Amino acid sequence: MKTVSSLLDEEWYERYKSISKLNIRSSIYDVTNRCNLRCKGCFFFSSGEDKVAKEEMDLRKWENFIDNEKKRGVNLAILVGGEPTICLDRVEAFYKRLPTFCATNGIIKVPRDRFPDMMVGISLWGDEEDEKLLRGKDTFSISSKNYYGDPHAYYLYTITPKQIGKTERIITKIRDVGVKVHMQLLSNDEGVENFFWTKEEFRDIRAEMDEMLDRYPDTVISSKYYHEIITTGKMLDRTFGWRECPSVTEPIDRREPRPKSLIGFIRWASDLKTMHRCCTSETRDCSTCKDGAAHMSWVMVNKRAHMRSENDLHNWIEVYEMFAKLYQFIPW
Amino acid sequence: MTVEVDTKNLIIHIAEIMINELKLEDVTPETFDPEIDLVDEVGIDSMDLATVALVIQDEYGIRIDEDDYPKLITIRLIADYVEKRLKK
Repeated sequence: MKTVSSLLDEEWYERYKSISKLNIRSSIYDVTNRCNLRCKGCFFFSSGEDKVAKEEMDLRKWENFIDNEKKRGVNLAILVGGEPTICLDRVEAFYKRLPTFCATNGIIKVPRDRFPDMMVGISLWGDEEDEKLLRGKDTFSISSKNYYGDPHAYYLYTITPKQIGKTERIITKIRDVGVKVHMQLLSNDEGVENFFWTKEEFRDIRAEMDEMLDRYPDTVISSKYYHEIITTGKMLDRTFGWRECPSVTEPIDRREPRPKSLIGFIRWASDLKTMHRCCTSETRDCSTCKDGAAHMSWVMVNKRAHMRSENDLHNWIEVYEMFAKLYQFIPW
Repeated sequence: MTVEVDTKNLIIHIAEIMINELKLEDVTPETFDPEIDLVDEVGIDSMDLATVALVIQDEYGIRIDEDDYPKLITIRLIADYVEKRLKK
């Protein structure tokens, strides 16, 4: 029988052991249906998810709900929205009870006296031009001041097809404000013209992402295997899509056969009762979904499939480490 | 003596469940080392453990608490756990 230690040298085996028993159990929470931006291509608004559930306004109910989530075994709360920082009391209710990650557009600063070590992921869509076109303003000019040098924040840089050949300027801009960056690709949920990916563009951006990781290893939190997976949609001999996605809400997952999935995963709407289908929207075509976390999780839940060779297992370890860093289970 | 024989059978049966459910290759129930670390060496994860636990629960009519999964890292430890539950 192939064992982990037979595939790895001592150094890689130690890296493996530092993540092998983390047992991360995440769920995603819509903290609010409201946002201070209206971005073209935001799956939450374009799919009407902001209207499927009436927002729970009673903080006590949020607190009870989170306590029950903890009892359910959740050990990572991923807060999305709407814009979570509009409702900092709810964010605080999570933060006081669970390891918490907060996604934000960075316009409102998370006060560090209330949330000293909460990981914050700041969304950034392309360069200034893309941001103005898709989001109505250059959010970086605001968020970079709010999070300058913050060790518990990183930019979630959504690369658009127009960014090919331009990513280095963005990466260095982020490096210069002393924050890390993780890259993912635009899924273009609202079909904005000229923002669809072509096969050639995927190939080119993959090479560029690899180059950015090589040039800026202290700033970029990523892995080349992740770049391969997200640009090709292929892992080993399999293709990403509805039949493979691990980030489907477990209690309403009727897929047969059920693929390897995140245990106990639920994406909750802000009424604390409604469950969304998956980590993005029901209207998204899974075959073109480029959600970064879903692709990372796809690798992570398929560990034994990566025990074919030393190289495959190295790839798995690097992706798991990347996820664990982004959600503070291990240090940068 | 009887308990020892039962334990041995139990270990082999749990190994068999694990091999069948997780489609492990190049190992038989008899050659599966009951002391090998299932996570650090065999590479199984919590979903694999949950799959195996469900089958064991059904076959032995016991309940395996999800909170106990992290402790069940060898076949020997799983067998001990099952034995304790059967005696309750």
